[in-house]
Amino acid sequence: MTATHELPTNVNQTSEGGQELTSADVIAAGERLRELGAVLRLSENDAILAEREQVPDDETMIINMGPQHPSTHGVLRLMLELQGETVLRCKPIIGYLHTGMERTGEELSYLQGPTNVTRMDYAAPLFTELAFSLTVEKLLDIEVPERAIWIRMLMTEMNRISSHLLFMATNGMDLGAVSMMLYGWREREEALRFLQEVTGLRMNHNYIRPGGVAADLPDGWRDGVLRLLDMLPGRLAEYDTLLNQQPIFRERLQGVGAINADECLALGVTGPILRSTGYDWDLRRDMPYLAFDQVDFDVVVGSYGDCFDRYAIRLAEIHESMKIVRQCLEKMPKGDYRIQDKKVTPPPRARIDESMEALIHHFKIFTEGFKVPEGEAYVAIESPRGELGCYIVSDGSSNPYRMHVRAPSFVNLQTLPHLMHGSLVADAVAIISSVDPILGEVDR
Amino acid sequence: MSNETRPTGGLLESGLEGLSHNFLTGTLEELVKWARRHSVMPATFGLACCALEMMAAGGPHYDLARYGMETFRASPRQADLMIVAGRVSQKMAPVLRQIYDQMMEPKWVISMGVCASSGGMFNNYAIVQGVDQIVPVDVYAPGCPPSPETLMHAILTLHDKIKNGELTRRKGEGLGLVVEQMGPSGPVPVTLGQG
Amino acid sequence: MTDIDAESGAADTPPENVPETLFDTLLTRSHEQLVLHPTRESYPGLLATLHAAGYHSVVDLCGVDYLTNDSRQLPAGIEPERFEVVVNLINHRERARLRLRVQVPETDAVLPSAFNLYPGTEAMERETFDMFGISFDGHPDLTRILMPEDWIGHPLRKDYDVGRIPVQFKGAPANR
Repeated sequence: MTATHELPTNVNQTSEGGQELTSADVIAAGERLRELGAVLRLSENDAILAEREQVPDDETMIINMGPQHPSTHGVLRLMLELQGETVLRCKPIIGYLHTGMERTGEELSYLQGPTNVTRMDYAAPLFTELAFSLTVEKLLDIEVPERAIWIRMLMTEMNRISSHLLFMATNGMDLGAVSMMLYGWREREEALRFLQEVTGLRMNHNYIRPGGVAADLPDGWRDGVLRLLDMLPGRLAEYDTLLNQQPIFRERLQGVGAINADECLALGVTGPILRSTGYDWDLRRDMPYLAFDQVDFDVVVGSYGDCFDRYAIRLAEIHESMKIVRQCLEKMPKGDYRIQDKKVTPPPRARIDESMEALIHHFKIFTEGFKVPEGEAYVAIESPRGELGCYIVSDGSSNPYRMHVRAPSFVNLQTLPHLMHGSLVADAVAIISSVDPILGEVDR
Repeated sequence: MSNETRPTGGLLESGLEGLSHNFLTGTLEELVKWARRHSVMPATFGLACCALEMMAAGGPHYDLARYGMETFRASPRQADLMIVAGRVSQKMAPVLRQIYDQMMEPKWVISMGVCASSGGMFNNYAIVQGVDQIVPVDVYAPGCPPSPETLMHAILTLHDKIKNGELTRRKGEGLGLVVEQMGPSGPVPVTLGQG
Repeated sequence: MTDIDAESGAADTPPENVPETLFDTLLTRSHEQLVLHPTRESYPGLLATLHAAGYHSVVDLCGVDYLTNDSRQLPAGIEPERFEVVVNLINHRERARLRLRVQVPETDAVLPSAFNLYPGTEAMERETFDMFGISFDGHPDLTRILMPEDWIGHPLRKDYDVGRIPVQFKGAPANR
């Protein structure tokens, strides 16, 4: 799909046809959410006190889920207020994986930056690297070569595939479909194998760097891609048979954790959760970066905004990513894989052996880094979880003055209380899973 | 072999002669260690990136089941191995210690990845600089994140420790310092002052 | 490389060639991105105007501590202060982005909360409070979000020590 499509995006599909969302709708949605009062606003100490002073005939109880719980995707902690088996209010408590990466990012040079940010969203590490690199390139006002752009597209789409496969695995596991977990891991290994062939690492690649990518695609990369492209459709069809047709799976997901488009907008939610409500929004198509305006793909939207839609969207997005990967295969241009700007790019290895200046230059770039002009910029991309933005303030030195990452999971987590309101505890597990938070990104 | 010379049955048929064939002798300690070694039950303590590699190790390709430890226990009271997979933040540290205290003796700890082992690249206000400040660690697995192969090597190292260690030694004795040494297939964790 | 920001929407709409203001607020451009500089007093009103103009979502809200950086460029009439709250809004319909930079003085680090209009800012404002100590007037639950509740200091302030800190237990009793 091209960037200049004419369909209005602010349209909420209702039974009476399309309705444009207005400012009043979104404000009303926010007020509705507030009146619902699904968010539990209680500090930990107050919760302990409330538990002690509990009146015997009080029907509600507060329980803690996590931070060490197998279905909370890491170290998410939920404080749930229950009435019997029904969740009344909920408070997600985060910060158990707070790593201080934004502060560490201020200590590292721009060249070292991707090493740091790649550890945020560890299921889709290349995306954070890409957001960081694009922001630095915007501040530097440089354009990377064509080939680097297409390599970046190829790699991030491969990463999107592996990230969604991970979701398939964990979603199945959380719902008790353990065989799905095994299948999901099996396919993810195949995807990781390709990433490892290219970047040298299975995760935390530090492959996309300001100015291009770290290394050119290795010989035989096409075979690796084709092997995956040949293998995946059959395997995805297996998922389809195993899960989509399965009454238990559908019962667990359909109608559970539903949300509206206007509520999503009010909460700032992006990614598959927003698309599951029927809201047609994908940054790759609507605000294209890299060369996404030159490839053909569809933006998959749901209609009910429930857990099953979120699952189905991710499954369909794997197919769309494969479409993009196939086009990357065809259109991959020749040329440099990183910008030939002496300021940003170290000299090639061969030059270091013959030239003292090249050696000094190389040493300087890797010890001091390169200086970035003063200014500030915010660049956003579409990660598997939604809008992933990077905001950098530069003071003209070789380290960012302030590096902030807008993590999609961090914002998406705010939907949890609203999704869970009135559902059962068992559904809570399905809902957490369908939001697909990566806690490394939430806490940074 | 003729029937007269060969003791045919157990104690009932051949009297005390059958003993030499139907008993294994050894120390109780060896038996206990053997049993422990082959039924290590890890607690799921996935924190960050390493948790994915830990789960991948349990997946079909790497298949931890062949070491008899595919059952990751969700409850610490049913587990005897804690794999600290990922960076431990200041907020998480008390929780980690509490979960360790809830585990039954005997218990072991694998510190998976450099963040858990030493804080890694995150030497800042938020991260505990080494999980050994909180719980005694038996094996450190290097890498960021360690590949499933490294984790499996760490687990085999732990099996060796269980097999060759003392039965009743309490945890936390000695420094338990581990250094990385380059082996033929990459860095290998080597425990100093043990054995 | 394709320009990532579709600036076509709001940028070209003012017919008169006065690029200095947009929505009655001082406007600057940073790498083709539009930046508005409201004052603390005009900030809530500007948010209401923007919401009505189609900027339905706050995608990002974060703080910056300009303690050791005196090189920033601000339009005339805006007094630089130590803290700055940066708000990124998005207009899905026109595919436009806007960035607000609000100056917050160190002595009175308070800003009106955007929560009533944009409920999605709840977690972001809590994070800014946690990391910078900037309070948000009207926020329903302004508590620490990333650091432990009894943590002292605001880690992303430039005068906060980065380095290694000994383990701080929260004093939670160990249940055996």
